[in-house]
Amino acid sequence: MLNCKQTSQLVSQSLDRRLTLQERFAMRLHLWLCKYCKRFSQQLLALRSGMQRMTKLIEEDTQLHMPSESKARIAKSLESEMK
Amino acid sequence: MLAMQTPNIHDWLTEHSDYLYRFALARLRDVHLAEDVVQETFIAAIKSPSFAEQSAPRTWLTGILKHKIIDVMRKNIREVAASDLVQDADANMDEFFDEKGHWSDKPLAWDIPHDALEQKQFLGILQQCMEKLPTKLATLFLMRDIHETDNEEICKELNITATNAWVMLYRARMGIRKCLEMHWLQT
Repeated sequence: MLNCKQTSQLVSQSLDRRLTLQERFAMRLHLWLCKYCKRFSQQLLALRSGMQRMTKLIEEDTQLHMPSESKARIAKSLESEMK
Repeated sequence: MLAMQTPNIHDWLTEHSDYLYRFALARLRDVHLAEDVVQETFIAAIKSPSFAEQSAPRTWLTGILKHKIIDVMRKNIREVAASDLVQDADANMDEFFDEKGHWSDKPLAWDIPHDALEQKQFLGILQQCMEKLPTKLATLFLMRDIHETDNEEICKELNITATNAWVMLYRARMGIRKCLEMHWLQT
């Protein structure tokens, strides 16, 4: 039987690789019995979807502009590149 | 020749820089780095032999930008000495578990917000928690969870083993989770 530390490692790795059948079985068994690891596993999924949602929010936020000083700096560097 | 192209690139800057900036910021989560990559993108664009022939500049510029973003991430992680990486991967997780492998601080029940305003707050704290991570862990986490970069590709890029990458991603997630628990649940 896996302990919580081992389970949490497998839960994290399940986001990065395909676990073996054995690993998946052992992980699921532990998650079924342990509400803390179950929470942990839901939280990691929430982290991933939160990060992805935020990416979309920033990308689609048309109120968000590049600072005008930054634009001016880029324009200037382009001029010197073209000299 | 180049002088004739000047107005063109400036129009592009006006038309596309906000879009490119948001694109970069969404992926790098750092205003300075985002500005840098947009600048490098425009410079690469005017130096490109095919600059004058682009009929869909935004798509073309975004393609260049993607490469610049990956370059930054690569650099962020490579700047750390290889020995550091190994050390970090080996670091134990004693702060999170007791000697029997039970949680020292049991994960709390999160109330993941559905309300838009609360969700924004949640995401804001998530961002702050990510920023608290060491750069290489934060970058690795971004690469994996936002860019959905293939694990194999990450390892090849960074010249680390798969095991190393899993351990570092685990550390990153444990750190962010803990931080969120401390800050989100207390607000």
